[in-house]
Amino acid sequence: MPSPDDKPVKTIEERIRPVSRRTFLKGSAASIVGMSGLVAALQPLLKLEKEDITLDQLLQRHYKEMTPAQLDKVMKRLQEKCEREYGVSASIQDLKPQDGVGFAYALNLTRCVGCRKCAHACLAENNQSREYDDDISMSYIRVLELQKGSINLETSNQYYDSESVPRKDKYYMPVQCHQCRESPCTKACPVNATWQEPDGVVTVDYDWCIGCRYCMAACPYDARRFNWENPKLEKRQINLDQGYLSNRLRPKGVVEKCTFCLHRTRAGKYPACMEVCPTGARVFGNILDPNSEINYILHNKRVYILKEEVGTNPRFYYFFDT
Amino acid sequence: MTEYLTFILRVFRLSFQGGWKYFAWMTFLAVLSFIGLRAYNIQLVEGLSVTGMTDYVSWGAYIANFTFLVGVAAAAVMLVIPAYVYEIKSMKQVVILGEMMAIAVIIMCLLFVVVDLGRPERFLHMIPPFGKFNFPMSMLSWDVIALNGYLLLNLHICGYLLYKRYRGEAPTARFYIPFVFIAIVWAISIHTVTAFLYVGLAGRPFWNHPIVAPRFLASAFSAGPALLVITFQFIRKFCHHTISDESIFLLRRIITIAMLINLFLLGCEVFTEFYSGTYHVASATYLFLGLHGHNSLVPWIWTAIGMNCVAMILLLTPLSRRLEWLNAACMLLFVGIWIEKGMGLIIPGFVPNPLGQIVEYLPSVNETLICMGIWAFGALIYSWMLRVAVPILKGELRARGAEA
Repeated sequence: MPSPDDKPVKTIEERIRPVSRRTFLKGSAASIVGMSGLVAALQPLLKLEKEDITLDQLLQRHYKEMTPAQLDKVMKRLQEKCEREYGVSASIQDLKPQDGVGFAYALNLTRCVGCRKCAHACLAENNQSREYDDDISMSYIRVLELQKGSINLETSNQYYDSESVPRKDKYYMPVQCHQCRESPCTKACPVNATWQEPDGVVTVDYDWCIGCRYCMAACPYDARRFNWENPKLEKRQINLDQGYLSNRLRPKGVVEKCTFCLHRTRAGKYPACMEVCPTGARVFGNILDPNSEINYILHNKRVYILKEEVGTNPRFYYFFDT
Repeated sequence: MTEYLTFILRVFRLSFQGGWKYFAWMTFLAVLSFIGLRAYNIQLVEGLSVTGMTDYVSWGAYIANFTFLVGVAAAAVMLVIPAYVYEIKSMKQVVILGEMMAIAVIIMCLLFVVVDLGRPERFLHMIPPFGKFNFPMSMLSWDVIALNGYLLLNLHICGYLLYKRYRGEAPTARFYIPFVFIAIVWAISIHTVTAFLYVGLAGRPFWNHPIVAPRFLASAFSAGPALLVITFQFIRKFCHHTISDESIFLLRRIITIAMLINLFLLGCEVFTEFYSGTYHVASATYLFLGLHGHNSLVPWIWTAIGMNCVAMILLLTPLSRRLEWLNAACMLLFVGIWIEKGMGLIIPGFVPNPLGQIVEYLPSVNETLICMGIWAFGALIYSWMLRVAVPILKGELRARGAEA
């Protein structure tokens, strides 16, 4: 680009004075100010605890890519961490899905009275962070109070008083992870940190999740919780029976969710929420077993699928008794 | 090789030379960036709980700014197409300034994504072979490729052209023209893919809407060039670089057309939502009118719409043939689209939440400081690029023996 008046263009070195002692001193002073600004900006990092980020964790592979020996080592490390931080020794297991088992859950809307015991049992079982003992904000179950006459979630209320239930003209709908067969959350995850196991449970590798929360945006059932800070738990609140892919203690900055209590259900027990239900509204079982109760219900009752139009094909069903 | 090292050295030296205005401006931006960095480090230690986000509204100001800025980055293509496809001379002279802006803005976009991550140190999980990249299933993985690819393309094009200019040589077409044309398609794709991040979520009816992607492009192609119009005048004033009015007024035409399309698409959206009035209108109601007494976004969105409409009127009338009015229109439009496409798009997607709960969101102070820091850092990068590039373009910084 020729300069407008066609005089030879001076080079930048001709235009700017050479570095003098004075500019050098000024430059040094400016660098010192700049460096102290940087130090001030980095200073909060001093509060980072030694164990927040370790080399072991940075190099840890994805759950599915670890050899059994590597996984054992990781579980041992987690046990030690739990011991060190809370003074309790947890037993962490990695129970695998069984052949011929596909879990499904059905909830009887006719029977549910909205006592919220399931939401509290979930909290007792799954080691979620809490501010106080009964803080169910991280529970994997939300119980909605709905107006009889329609199933309109928009008029639902999560914050009703569970002491005075069931209320007249209301009915109750607990919602938790639907373990969708066409799960929008696993599709969304950019790093495959969440996936569907062969028995249908959608799990999260807490040591692989990058915390982008795209899965939360994708979930149509508000089933996922994020650890916005280091989980707050007291020693007495910790459940020591832990599963690697379910209720082991989570770090901050990762997503967690209902796993149908896989550390229990894969060991032949019922999920905590089902065991506690006082009205028997919850039915859990193996959908691949033709004689199971869940199979009977899905074939013989009037079954309702929440947000069927979204096409998620869930493993969680609602049904009506009468 | 030695020549290239000399080039780097001279560029480095030049970065720290300039008038007091240059130093004051750069210091100002550096201070803001440091404040942002400090706020980010606090977030890193405490967790994302220092933001205003919750499980209900799980994306906030970071993703809102990110979405808006992807559009600004893509808008460089509105200079590239006139310059390279239509060979318009006035545009050829300024196109590189737009491409450099794309670089700075993409860096801002990447920063906004990084600060939103709960575990940023695990970014390696995205990079194979160590990582497990969910490509092509996850739209976010597409976005990672699209954004980084666009950054590389522009770095190559700008770097190559500037170095050739430094050496006083004519650039070889086959080393950059193919990339320029790839970058045109790529620019459209970055914003389309970013729109698909939201559009692909069937559980969020407010986003699950085919019109989102075209609207993204239309609003981007008005907001991006609007920023360029203002920036060009700053460059003219402070860098003493010749930028013709012709190029600025060509941008005016582009902005006007893009803005008309944008407002038309907004009308289509509003009509569909409110005329049919299904359950899915709840989010739009929350945004425009407030829902069950919750209305924190209402004043914002109407401010944005007001700004956009005033800008539109200015652009359509001969008033904006004068630079002052054009600048006013550009500023109104830029801020209007920033509100509407940032917070106005992201937050209502979460309100009400999928189970019908209404929880509002307000960015925290710390979060706002981080956003401010990233904006300042972007401006810092762009200012630095101008500091170096403008003397090269003017022939003041040139290889020994090269013709100016």
